[in-house]
Amino acid sequence: MLDRTVQALYASDTPLAAWKKVVRPGEVVGLKVNCLAGRGISTTVVLAELICDRLQEAGIPKKNIVIWDRLNSDLESAGFKVASRAERIRYIGNDTLGYEDDLSVYGSVGSLLSKTLTQVCDVVINLPVLKDHGIAGVTMALKNLFGAIHNPNKYHPNLCNPYVADLNMLPAVRQKVRLNLCDAITAQYEGGPSFMPQWTWKYNGLLASLDPVALDHTGWQILEQKRAEKGMKSLQDLGRAPSYIATAADAQHRLGTNNPEQIEVVTV
Amino acid sequence: MSLHPGKFKTHFPTPGVSGEHEPADALPRDSMLSGIAAAEHDRRSFLKLASLPCLAACASCCGGGWPAFALNAAGPASEDARYIVEAEFYEKLPFKKTRCKLCPRECVIDDRERGYCGVRENHGGSYYTLVHSRVCAAHIDPIEKKPLFHFYPGTLAFSVATAGCNVNCKMCQNWDISQSRPEQVRSSYLPPKDLANLAQQYRCPAIAYTYSEPVVFYEYVRDAADAGHALGIKSLVVTGGYIQQDPLKKLCQGVDAIKVDLKGFSEKYYKEVVNGELKPVLDTLVTMRKLGMWTEIVSLVVPTLNDSDGEFRGLAQWVKNNLGVDVPVHFTRFHPEYLLKNLPPTPLETLERAKAIADAEGLHYVYLGNIPGHPAENTYCPKCGRVVIARIGFTVQEMHLRKGKCDYCQTAIPGVWQ
Repeated sequence: MLDRTVQALYASDTPLAAWKKVVRPGEVVGLKVNCLAGRGISTTVVLAELICDRLQEAGIPKKNIVIWDRLNSDLESAGFKVASRAERIRYIGNDTLGYEDDLSVYGSVGSLLSKTLTQVCDVVINLPVLKDHGIAGVTMALKNLFGAIHNPNKYHPNLCNPYVADLNMLPAVRQKVRLNLCDAITAQYEGGPSFMPQWTWKYNGLLASLDPVALDHTGWQILEQKRAEKGMKSLQDLGRAPSYIATAADAQHRLGTNNPEQIEVVTV
Repeated sequence: MSLHPGKFKTHFPTPGVSGEHEPADALPRDSMLSGIAAAEHDRRSFLKLASLPCLAACASCCGGGWPAFALNAAGPASEDARYIVEAEFYEKLPFKKTRCKLCPRECVIDDRERGYCGVRENHGGSYYTLVHSRVCAAHIDPIEKKPLFHFYPGTLAFSVATAGCNVNCKMCQNWDISQSRPEQVRSSYLPPKDLANLAQQYRCPAIAYTYSEPVVFYEYVRDAADAGHALGIKSLVVTGGYIQQDPLKKLCQGVDAIKVDLKGFSEKYYKEVVNGELKPVLDTLVTMRKLGMWTEIVSLVVPTLNDSDGEFRGLAQWVKNNLGVDVPVHFTRFHPEYLLKNLPPTPLETLERAKAIADAEGLHYVYLGNIPGHPAENTYCPKCGRVVIARIGFTVQEMHLRKGKCDYCQTAIPGVWQ
């Protein structure tokens, strides 16, 4: 499924050819996973490891691959084994290297960026999960980058809007995230961000996009559809539609599009 | 807690000799414990008692300034649960969620998540403070630096802070600790009794909870205030006043004075610059006065954002009508900091305009701050007009008060005097 997805996204003849469009030899590649909720509704270890295999086939040695998230304890709770041996794939939380000393500022956001992002990674492959979020509405590609700053707790008011969009405008974020690949093998349509097994289902999918806004908009609709199937109110009706997605698409941000007519959804 | 007073330099600077050019309530530049560190609390060890040895503390004087206490910082990935105490004000919700009832934000927090303040965490459906006794800044400051002008003038306050804040002011001068999580700043274990003992050793008549936001380390404040009182040491709270009524009332039972930052006088300013609300702060002030708490107000004047005549007049009228004319109001000068580095320092004329308006509204004690040497640092008798306390910066130069009365005309000057 991973190979088909990436191959289709890059319109390549082979999976390897596709991965070679994602990364170039010599680059240090960071996989930004999402592990806050622990096993159950985090980026799956198998998916991350499979991507690592593909990156190596594309010419990225193990030592140049980093799997990272906010905390080492988050990584471990999702099944990743924290390790930073020089010649191996590194699994590190932001607590390993800490944060920059100087603020990065855009709009409503003023934050210290993770040194893993700024000093280690040349490229980031964003690996969020498809899930509901009790405050933001949904959390996928755009919001996953909250894991790259020291103060995400400050950016949850007003449905995280415009904070999520502003954060993604920071140059280190915008310039380094090269691919968004949402782990939707298991998805959660209510009760997030914590793992609530009663509201998860096996979607058995991956959502891939170069455009994080399009990915988030599409994922949101999948969650809404599931909520409707379950007879639940829409996020709009509950007053927690993820408005930050539209903000990310607006003229001030231009991080992508949330216009369904401009989003081509290709199912493979 | 292992403390070694012998290692402390025993020099106690005379108030006013140095530190004069630090803004009111700013963390001294040479703070030993501020700054982002990569020490992270390991969640797996949550609530698991650790057996780390007590951290030694030593102190040195700031280069010619006030003593700064270099408490040895916790190491990386400290498995130290001593800082974690169940929060006093919260409610449990279904599905392991909690609602914080400490500040008006009422954050609803999922398991393993934190509130807006960044220092309170839901774990398994219960809510905990992560900063009890977790001191990231400790200094001896003149009480005038808080600023409190009518409470034990000319004395020192043993001043402490933890990480965290429940607002996010764009002009915050201590943002490196207030806007950080506890594991991101160097901190040390300083339990209430040890804090009180330190204050006593250094002959500070008061402990000040300051620099960041004491509301978010509420439980520590209350416990430390009790420990201080047992030794005859007062407690001062320097706060934005963004707190719910129940915890406020309980706080007022245990502390001796509260200085509130009334950061502006419009909801718009609070929303856009402070990331908070004005109304709950006003409610806090009213409640404090009703409970007889000694109260002083500081309003930081930020050019173009909260410096209109209407705001100054509105603030002064509100104080007069709701708190009385005897509550001291300090208009202080803004310095470009944090997210407002694009603005200049407050012009002196603006501050003098604010004072003129507040004076005209009838307030008796209107001060200007962060302008060392300005005559509006002095306390004037509202009846005879003579200087009863002369100050330069944080230094008291002269006192013409006896038993709380003006030496010249015997008019009572409100305050808590030695």
